[in-house]
Amino acid sequence: MELTTIWFALIAVLWIGYFCLEGFDFGVGLLFGILARDDTERRVLLNTIGPVWDGNEVWVIVAGGATFAAFPEWYATLFSGFYLPLLLILLALIVRNLAIEYRSKKDDAGWKQRWDVLFVAGSFVPALLWGVAFGNIVRGVPIDAHKQFTGTLFTLLNPYALLGGLTTLLLFLTHGAIFVSLKTDGDIRHRARAFAVRVGAGTAVVVVAFLAWTQGLTGNTGSAVLFVVGAGALVAGLAAAWRGREGWAFCGTMVSIGAAVAGLFVALFPDVLPSTTDAAWSLTTSNASATHYALTVMTWVAVIFTPIVLVYESWSYWVFRKRISIHHIPGGPPPPLRTAPAERSTPR
Amino acid sequence: MDALDLARLQFGAVTVYHFLFVPITIGLSGLVAFCETRWVMSHHEHWLRLTKFFGKLFLINFAIGVATGLVQEFQFGMNWSAYSRFVGDIFGAPLAIEGLLAFFLESTFLGLWIFGWDRLSPRVHAACIWAVHIGTLLSAYFILAANSWMQHPVGYRFNPRTGRAELDDFAAVLFNKVQLVSFPHTVLAAYMTGAAFMLGVAVWLQMRSRTADRDRVMYGRATRLSAVVLLVAGLGVAVSGDLQGKVMTEVQPMKMASAEALYQTEQPASFSILTIGSLDGSKETFSVKVPRLLSFLATGSWTGKVQGINDLRAHYEKTYGADPGATYYSAGGYTPVIPVTYWAFRIMIGLGSLAAAFAALVLWRTRRGRIPRGRRWLWVCLSMPLLPVFANSFGWIFTEMGRQPWSVFGLMTTANAVSPGVPAWQVLTSLLSFTLLYAVLAVVEVGLILRTVRSGAAEAPVDDPSLDPADRPLVHAY
Ligand code: HDD
Ligand code: HEM
Ligand code: HEM
Repeated sequence: MELTTIWFALIAVLWIGYFCLEGFDFGVGLLFGILARDDTERRVLLNTIGPVWDGNEVWVIVAGGATFAAFPEWYATLFSGFYLPLLLILLALIVRNLAIEYRSKKDDAGWKQRWDVLFVAGSFVPALLWGVAFGNIVRGVPIDAHKQFTGTLFTLLNPYALLGGLTTLLLFLTHGAIFVSLKTDGDIRHRARAFAVRVGAGTAVVVVAFLAWTQGLTGNTGSAVLFVVGAGALVAGLAAAWRGREGWAFCGTMVSIGAAVAGLFVALFPDVLPSTTDAAWSLTTSNASATHYALTVMTWVAVIFTPIVLVYESWSYWVFRKRISIHHIPGGPPPPLRTAPAERSTPR
Repeated sequence: MDALDLARLQFGAVTVYHFLFVPITIGLSGLVAFCETRWVMSHHEHWLRLTKFFGKLFLINFAIGVATGLVQEFQFGMNWSAYSRFVGDIFGAPLAIEGLLAFFLESTFLGLWIFGWDRLSPRVHAACIWAVHIGTLLSAYFILAANSWMQHPVGYRFNPRTGRAELDDFAAVLFNKVQLVSFPHTVLAAYMTGAAFMLGVAVWLQMRSRTADRDRVMYGRATRLSAVVLLVAGLGVAVSGDLQGKVMTEVQPMKMASAEALYQTEQPASFSILTIGSLDGSKETFSVKVPRLLSFLATGSWTGKVQGINDLRAHYEKTYGADPGATYYSAGGYTPVIPVTYWAFRIMIGLGSLAAAFAALVLWRTRRGRIPRGRRWLWVCLSMPLLPVFANSFGWIFTEMGRQPWSVFGLMTTANAVSPGVPAWQVLTSLLSFTLLYAVLAVVEVGLILRTVRSGAAEAPVDDPSLDPADRPLVHAY
């Protein structure tokens, strides 16, 4: 296989990892405003992603860096062309990161409330805009003979891409709710599962519509198979959630997101950014790529270090595999059926 | 201002801002790891409390470092797309490797460290913070390799067919001679910064009247530790900086000439501590000079010849043509803004040396368990963390502005590097939004740091035996 094809696939894998993992982080952020009833419950939600969200975010950083290294022309055209949406995503991610880190650093209701609003908004904006961006990548944008984007902001706000945005938003919301039902215990777990089933029905409709539209636009056999798997996994996952099988439900939404994103990349290949001005000016895996030597170096690095990263990331998920409930939050109610200690120890 | 000026202003602003937090992250993660290791080895609760206390401050700082780092990764494509196309083959690789090797390591093990107090054995837990620290060093290595390539491009071939610089020797990029001196210099400067941060906090808590006597001993340990690190790293910074000066003179002689505002070639050349003269430094009215010092800095010999701006300019015009497409930058072409390079260089050295001098003073005043007293010490505590932070910023401003008008020395000017398709109003929008957001964040962060410092180190935790381990509240929770 050509090195450029391998790198196209690797970048697809990075985006799949990002959407599968940070997808539920975004979902948890959205649920902050919907599911949690009080501060203790909000902290339960936040601590389900506490140890892992930062690592999940690194997937997108590496996806960006890998695109820069393997397809510099793609990186340059895409990032300068999608300037304003990217700016919004960056601003949102910044406030979101700080909301997570800072909201509990001060015991003050107003302080927490302000960060909570930013956390929800900071999760909403990227969950929506990543979908809009991917819709536009697959559909193509106006590009001239010099590989320059020639459209405007409004070129990017077309109905197909907006449907893409709605798709990622709803998908992450459902994924997040199922993740919460898997990682928590007590009342909130049951509410999360019920919510996932309810919102999941609507999500499935939107997902199927978007994938069908994509298939009609640029699909091929490979993408059709992946889209069917994606839609099927979502439905199966929701059925599992309905029957109370949270682990299977989570596998379902993971596979669904993974297959859908993979399908988008398969539909895109061998283009990386099609030109709607003239197909001859499209950026492809061959005319946008780095040199063979640079790709060889990068391939060695990836082959050696990716497995190591995967091992320690998995280990960290394993270490924090336990469910969290309101009893685990410092200052929360004591666990039932055990006498409350006479004197609470100092916070550790 | 056009899109170019705005893009430059934005790059400078967000990068300098990012780099206010980065050196603290690098330095403090190492110091916290050291404290925790002392705790694991000695089981002395002082070290545990210090670990947790400075760990908390470290996390507040780290959060902003991460958040602002995101912008760094994306802005090359957004504002500097012509640059990205031209150098992506070379510059992209260290950036991607930084993410894969360093950022995954830092973020995963930091998560384990924050939430793992009751899940991991003490040794494994301490190993996690060491992993974070190693991650910060790896990150510094690869990003500096990328930057060093811009100062001194090596290991590439220019391909006239694609119009790009293409990688042909990756090892040369990783072991660039500029890199080999910049990395120790930057990392040692980061240790200075982390240590100075710890020192300012520890001395203040040690002398504060509210602090219990028992705790003064504990803060005293932090004071001595950080003062020693600051002093040793300071010496290392001076030595590595001296080496850097020689490499710089070799590969970018114009930068050295601009650092001294040296118009005429001199042999031997003197170094001025400060100068009052015309704004572009071409005429001086008053100056304090150390004879022969510049010769030594630049060449390693007290009688070496240092080339002046005028000669160098003539030389560059012969090599690269009369106008690199960047005469907008300075009337003379091929010359950076002299007052900026001149003063940034001096401020860097001055502030850094002052920090090291304070460390020596603190060591003297705290000898054999003494405690510093008097209002004047408050000023030392307050200025301590800021001195190396600003020395770092000015170091970078010198390095980066001294490279102008080049973006990649000898290959691509900054004017040619900017995104051609991005209109000025879009750059302005992002410049304004980042500036506003960053300003607010600075206020929030400083507020949180001061609040945390004021509350001091928490008491050591007491285990509650009546609770089943599975039901215990999280030791740390967001
Ligand atoms: C000498 C060291 C150094 C320098 C010159 C820079 N950085 Fe940085 N950066 C770090 C050292 C560092 C760090 C200490 O490793 C940070 C601070 C917090 C962190 O997670 O890593 C970091 C954070 C950080 C992050 C977030 C990582 C995360 O989420 O964990 C990104 C994407 C970048 N940086 C990218 C850049 C780019 C593209 C730079 C060049 C313009 C840059 N940094 C300058
Ligand atoms: C090590 C990683 C770094 C890389 C790869 C890097 C790269 C760049 C690039 C691409 C530009 C814009 C193009 C140009 O003006 O030439 C630039 C300019 C600049 N950088 Fe850096 N930089 C790095 C670190 C830093 C740091 C840490 C600081 C400050 C703390 C800094 C300060 C500046 C400033 C002030 C400018 C604007 C110079 C001007 O336009 O006059 N840089 N650098
Ligand atoms: C005796 C004192 C020092 C000398 C002789 C010195 C020398 C230098 C030189 C020559 C450069 C430019 C390198 C280049 O353009 O390639 C530089 C850059 C820099 N300096 Fe210093 N320096 C000194 C002290 C300090 C101190 C105290 C700090 C901070 C605490 C500091 C932080 C930096 C930084 C962050 C850079 C930019 C990074 C780099 O180019 O590697 N320096 N220094």
